[in-house]
Amino acid sequence: MKKKQKLRDFLREWDEGNFDFSYKTAEKQLKKRPDEPDSAGRNEAASPVISAAQSEERLFRRLVPVFTGIFLFAVIGFLLYVVTKMPAFGSAETPANTSEVIRRYLQSGLTETGAVNAVAGIILDYRAFDTLGESHVLFTATIAVLILMLLGKEEDEPADELRILHQDLILRNTAKISVPFLFVFGIYIILNGHLGPGGGFSGGAVIGGALILYSTAFSAQNLKKILNLRSYRIIVIAALSFYSIAKCYSFFCGANGLETIFTPGTPGRIFSAGLILPLNAAVGLVVACTMYGFYSVFTRGRI
Amino acid sequence: MNYIEIALLGLLIISGIAASVSRNLMVSLIIFMAYSVIMSVIWAFLRAPDLAITEAAVGAGISSVLMFITLKKLRDINRGFSAKQEEGSAYEEETETP
Repeated sequence: MKKKQKLRDFLREWDEGNFDFSYKTAEKQLKKRPDEPDSAGRNEAASPVISAAQSEERLFRRLVPVFTGIFLFAVIGFLLYVVTKMPAFGSAETPANTSEVIRRYLQSGLTETGAVNAVAGIILDYRAFDTLGESHVLFTATIAVLILMLLGKEEDEPADELRILHQDLILRNTAKISVPFLFVFGIYIILNGHLGPGGGFSGGAVIGGALILYSTAFSAQNLKKILNLRSYRIIVIAALSFYSIAKCYSFFCGANGLETIFTPGTPGRIFSAGLILPLNAAVGLVVACTMYGFYSVFTRGRI
Repeated sequence: MNYIEIALLGLLIISGIAASVSRNLMVSLIIFMAYSVIMSVIWAFLRAPDLAITEAAVGAGISSVLMFITLKKLRDINRGFSAKQEEGSAYEEETETP
C-alpha cells in the first residue's frame, strides 16, 4: 500500500519533469528529516548511528555523478579507439568483401535464388530458417502482450480522449489524402521485395502505420469490421502455417535432391525468385497485423 | 564523406544527447523521433535502403506512437490518483482490499 503510493509519487514527479537526480534535493530532504520526530517520539539526529548513515548516503549521492562520468568517458574512449582500428567504409579489407560466404552469396545468389535484391535472397532463401524463427518470436511476443492486456474486464466504449481526435479536421483531411498512398507504398514494398529494397518486415510496418493512422483519424469501429480479434488470429496463424509448411517442403526437396515446383524463374520479373514473393507477403501480413494489434491493445485494451 | 553527412552525424549526436538530458518526457520523445528520421537518412547515405525504410516506419512511426500512448496512460494514472487524493479516503478504500 505504502509502496504503491511511493511508486505513484515517483512516477508523477518523473512525468512532470521535476524529478531531480542530483544530490541537492536529497540533501534538502536529509536536512529536513532530523527536525521531525519519528513515531517513537525521539529525535533522529540524536542518534549517532543514523547521522553516520546519513553522511554516508550524502557521500554516495555526491560520488554517483562522478563515477557515472568516469565510466561513460571510458566507454566512449574505448569505442572511439575501436572505430579507429576498423577498415574504412567501402574499402577492400572489410569483412563484407573478404568473407567467403558473402562472395558466394553475391556471385551465385542471382542464379540460385532468382532474387535481384541480394538481401532478400539471403534472408528468405539461404537463411529462411532464421526468418521463420524471427516471425515466431514476434508472434510469441504478441501472444504474451495480448494475454497480459486482455486479462482486464472488457469495456464497451472506446477509451476517453482519443475519440475527440476523430473530429479533428486537420488530422482527418491529412489521413484522407495520405492513407491510400501509404497502403499502396506498403504493398509495393512487400511485392517488390525480391526486386528492390524492402521486404516483408518494412512493408508490413508501413501498412501497420497506415492502419494506425486510419484508426486514429477515423473511428476504429470502421476498422473493426475487417480486423477484429478473430480475423487477426486467422490471418496470423494462416500466414505462419503457410510459411512453415512451404519452408518444410522446400527443405525436404532440397535435402533429397528433388525437383521443386518453386523455381528461380527469370530474374527481374515479378513472378520469379520462387518462394520469396509469397513468404514476403506472409511476413508482411503478420507484421502489419501485429503492429496494429499492439496499438489497438495499448489504446483500447482490446483489438 | 561530404558535408551533408558530417552535418547529419553532428545532428544525430546533438539529438541523442538532447533526448537523454531534456527534462520533459514529451520533448524528449519528439527529439527521439527526430533522431530516428536523421538515422534513416544516414542509412540511405550508407547504401542500406532496406534499413532506411524500416527505420523510418518503425523507429519514427510505430515505436514513437506506442511511447506517446504510454506517456498518455501514465498521465491519466497520475491525474486519477491526484483527483482521488483530493477527494479524501476514496483511494484508501479501493486499494485496501488485497
